[in-house]
Amino acid sequence: MNFEYTFHWRPVMRKLPDLLEASLVTLQISVLSMIIGITLGMVLALLRMNGPKPLAWIASVWVETARNTPALFQLFFFSFGLGAFGMHLTPYLIVLFGLTFNNAGYLAENFRGGFQAVPDTQLRAARSLGMSAWQSYTRIIIPQVFRIVYHPMTNQLVWAVLMSSLAMIVGFRELAGETQALAFKTFRIFEYFAVAALIYYAMVKFILGISRLIAWRMFRY
Amino acid sequence: MIEIKGLHKYFGDLHVLKGIDLTVKKGEVLSIIGASGSGKSTLLYCINGLEAIQQGEVLVDGVSVHAKGTNLNQLRTKMGMVFQQFNSFPHLTALENVALAPKIVKGKSKAEAKEIARAQLQHVGLGDKFDSYPSALSGGQQQRLAIARALAMEPSYMLFDEATSALDPELVGEVLDTMRLLAEEGMTMICVTHEMGFARDVSDRVAFFHQGIMEEIGPPKQIFSEPKSEHTAKFLANVR
Repeated sequence: MNFEYTFHWRPVMRKLPDLLEASLVTLQISVLSMIIGITLGMVLALLRMNGPKPLAWIASVWVETARNTPALFQLFFFSFGLGAFGMHLTPYLIVLFGLTFNNAGYLAENFRGGFQAVPDTQLRAARSLGMSAWQSYTRIIIPQVFRIVYHPMTNQLVWAVLMSSLAMIVGFRELAGETQALAFKTFRIFEYFAVAALIYYAMVKFILGISRLIAWRMFRY
Repeated sequence: MIEIKGLHKYFGDLHVLKGIDLTVKKGEVLSIIGASGSGKSTLLYCINGLEAIQQGEVLVDGVSVHAKGTNLNQLRTKMGMVFQQFNSFPHLTALENVALAPKIVKGKSKAEAKEIARAQLQHVGLGDKFDSYPSALSGGQQQRLAIARALAMEPSYMLFDEATSALDPELVGEVLDTMRLLAEEGMTMICVTHEMGFARDVSDRVAFFHQGIMEEIGPPKQIFSEPKSEHTAKFLANVR
C-alpha cells in the first residue's frame, strides 16, 4: 500500500465563505432549538413533577424517548416518520423539531434536578412574605434553579451544535450539509471535513467563552 | 388579635394537633415550648396558612385564614415569619432580600423599598451589610436578615419557628437580643423556642405543648416554678 494522496487546500479556501455562512446557519438553528427547548423543557419538568397524571405521563414519555434513543432516529422520525403519514416538513423544520425535541428532553431532566436542589423552605419563606405562587417561582425559585442548571445548559447547547451536523442526512445545508455537498463536488473530502471540524471546534470554544463571561457577570453570589 | 378555635391538623393518619384553643392579644409575647414533634411548629404554619387544617378555625384580626375566598397573600403580610433554617434568598444581596417583598407584594417604589430595607437592616444591626450576599454572612447575621425581611412588610405579628435552633451556640445571643428588642418595641410575637431563658424572661405567657395538645399555658413564672401538668414538669426537668 502506498500513500500518494496530495492535499489540496485551495478549493476549500475558495469556498470558505460558503462554509462560514453555513456555520451561521448551524449556530442559528442550534440557538433557536435551545431557546424553544428551554421553554419546553421547563414545562416538561413542571408537568413531570406536578402535572395531572395524563400530562405527566406524556412528559415522561417525551423525556425518556429523547434521552434513550439515538438523536439520529429522532431526526428520522420528523422526516421519514412523519413522511409516512403524509406530513412532509421542510429540511429546516425537520432539523429544528428534531433538535428541539432532544434538547427539551435532556433539559427537562436538568431542570427537574435543579428544582429538587432548591429546598422547599425557600418557597415557604417567599409565600410567608405574601408573594403569590407565580412571584415566588419567578423571583425566588427559578433564578436559583437557573444557576444550578446553567452549566448543564451550556453543555446542551454545545451538544446541539454538534448534533446539528446530523442534519446533512436529511439534506439540510448547515455546516455539515454544506461541507458534504462541496466535498463531493470537488472530491477534496478530507480537506473539507478537516476545515469544517476546525470551524465546529471554534464555534464550541466561542460558545463556552461567552457562557463563562455571562456566568461571571450574572452569578455574583 | 390571633384566635385559634378547636384546631385539628392531620398529616395523613398522623394527628398532629388535637384541638387547640388559643388567643394571642395585641402586644403579647407568647412562647411555645415542648418536645420535638409536639406540634408547636405546625401550629405556626397553620396560623399563617402555609398548612391546611382539617377542623377548627384560625382568625387573624377577625379574618379566617383557611376560609375560601380569604386573600392569603394579603393576610400573610400581617404576619412575619422567621424560620429555623434562615431561608435567606441566596441569589439576592441583603438589601435585595429585604426590599423585594415590599416592592412586589406591597407595590412600593424601588426607592421606597430600598429605604425601608436600609432602615430594617440597621434596625437588626446589619447596617454595614447591605451589599453582602447571604453566603458571606454568619448564621446569626442570616437569621437577623430574615427578621429584617419579615419586618419590612410592617407586620402586626411575628411568628418565630425555633429561630435559634440551627445556630452555633455563640451566635444564639445576637438573635435573641434582636427578638428581645422587638418585644420591647411592643411587637406581638409567637415564639416556638427551645431557649428556656428567653421564654422565661421575655414572654408574657408560656404555652407547653405535649403530643399535639396544649397541656398548659400561663405566666412564665408559674409555668417554670409551679407547673400544673406532670408532663410540663418532666420536660422542664429534662431541658434544664
